[in-house]
Amino acid sequence: MNTTTYLCGHKIDNPIIPASGTFGFGQEYREMYDLNILGAISIKGTTREARFGNLTPRIAECKAGMLNAVGLQNPGVEAVVGHELPELAKIYRKPIIANVCGFSLEEYVEVARRMCETDNVGWIELNVSCPNVKHGGMSFGTDAGCAAEVTSAVKAVCSKPVIVKLSPNVTDIVAIAQACQEAGADGLCLINTLLGMRLDLQKRRPILANITGGFSGDAVFPVALRMVYQVAKVCRIPIVGCGGISTARDVVEMMMAGASAVEVGTANLINPYACRDIIEDLPNVMQRLRIDNLTDIIGAAL
Amino acid sequence: MNKGIYQVITNEQLTETVFRLSVAGDTQAIQRPGQFANIAIDGFYLRRPISVCDYDSNSITFVYKVVGEGTQALTRYTKGSSLDIIVGLGNGFDTEVNCRKPLVVGGGVGIPPLYRLTKELVAKGKKPTAILCFNTASEIFLHNEFAKLGIEVAVATIDGSYGTKGFYSDAIVRHNIEYDYYYTCGPQPMLRSIHATLDVEGQISFEERMGCGFGGCMGCSHKTRSGYKRVCTDTILKSEEVIFDEH
Repeated sequence: MNTTTYLCGHKIDNPIIPASGTFGFGQEYREMYDLNILGAISIKGTTREARFGNLTPRIAECKAGMLNAVGLQNPGVEAVVGHELPELAKIYRKPIIANVCGFSLEEYVEVARRMCETDNVGWIELNVSCPNVKHGGMSFGTDAGCAAEVTSAVKAVCSKPVIVKLSPNVTDIVAIAQACQEAGADGLCLINTLLGMRLDLQKRRPILANITGGFSGDAVFPVALRMVYQVAKVCRIPIVGCGGISTARDVVEMMMAGASAVEVGTANLINPYACRDIIEDLPNVMQRLRIDNLTDIIGAAL
Repeated sequence: MNKGIYQVITNEQLTETVFRLSVAGDTQAIQRPGQFANIAIDGFYLRRPISVCDYDSNSITFVYKVVGEGTQALTRYTKGSSLDIIVGLGNGFDTEVNCRKPLVVGGGVGIPPLYRLTKELVAKGKKPTAILCFNTASEIFLHNEFAKLGIEVAVATIDGSYGTKGFYSDAIVRHNIEYDYYYTCGPQPMLRSIHATLDVEGQISFEERMGCGFGGCMGCSHKTRSGYKRVCTDTILKSEEVIFDEH
């Protein structure tokens, strides 16, 4: 059983990648299993300056999912490049995916350039889809023109593959995906979280201090799958499928819809061994479905 | 940290809303009093973080309050049923501090983690005094268990239906309690008052809505004098680190 796949020209051992924001900079998971079994790791979204993020509560439970409104808490790009990535390199010897966020075009470019200069960064994941910050993040990813502009600006300073992480909170994700492809994106990651909210019935107020948050978890899988399928129909660049993946079966389904690799997010929070469990089970699922090479099924359903 | 399947031994009601759950399984991951476990409940997406009240080599006791649908569902687990639990989470209380007469102040469902703490303080030869605070007499739990540790235990109820009428501070005055350090867990206004009022150092246990419980999601961050910390990994702060502003 061959689980190897390719992400923008880089060969990875398997398609399982912990999603940004659910895996920190790897340290919280180091005691749980050998991180080197992972296909890659997408690190916590990084901005130019350190950010505390939003006030708490930042988390609200939903049926078959959860809301988060963390708000891009991170130590800033210099601390990530100078401390977090070298620390991660001590326990993880493969290239990582640097998730880059910003509040202006210049910030995206600057953070991406710094990340690109760093040895263990293999890919840039341009996060134009964070729903939990004002005047940044998702506001770049909900307009095809803006998404294309930030993509080409980052591409101009990056020699490494740039994967644009798209928001599902749009009318036509295909148009935005196409705009990013035309602007030079090497890959696409979809989807980021869906905008949602919950109320505290006692207080008659939103649970989240930020009022709204990003919905993720099992419940969003069909939405993510549908968007990956629609985008894969028309785009030629590789897609990382993300949204509600928690089993090896989900991985196969997402790849049949057109994904070359997948990101596993919220599942890590409920079962810290989720990625390990999926990687261990993947060959069993492949055997049952008579899949010898995982790359054979990419886009099989298209 | 250990994730495992634990068998329910008992799950008994102590008061109208408080239950005592004992489970059998591996407890080696528990290092300190004041740590918590994250319990998966069928039909609920996120685990429920519950502090460890006591444990031995092969069982853990939790005392939890029904505050919503998830904890309500937890009451329906009976002897012999199994629960998927992650144990050994949080930093726990530091009992290696230089003090002789620590004051242990618990409010409501903040009391359970202080039981194991007090037990360990006694075992270390300290002379703790516990103040257990409740709204009213019918809500009192764990009073006998604390008393059996052979320490002075004061109870305060807001309505005066049992013990001292009022708050922890009224109990200190009434019993003329002497202390040279404190440990506390309970509702935020009580923690804030203790932090602002008591003239000794101490340790304060916090709670927050959590995503993962082990530091992966940044869902429960708070600001401290020693930087941004996560309630799940740094549940208990030294008083000198604590900042109550903004919350």
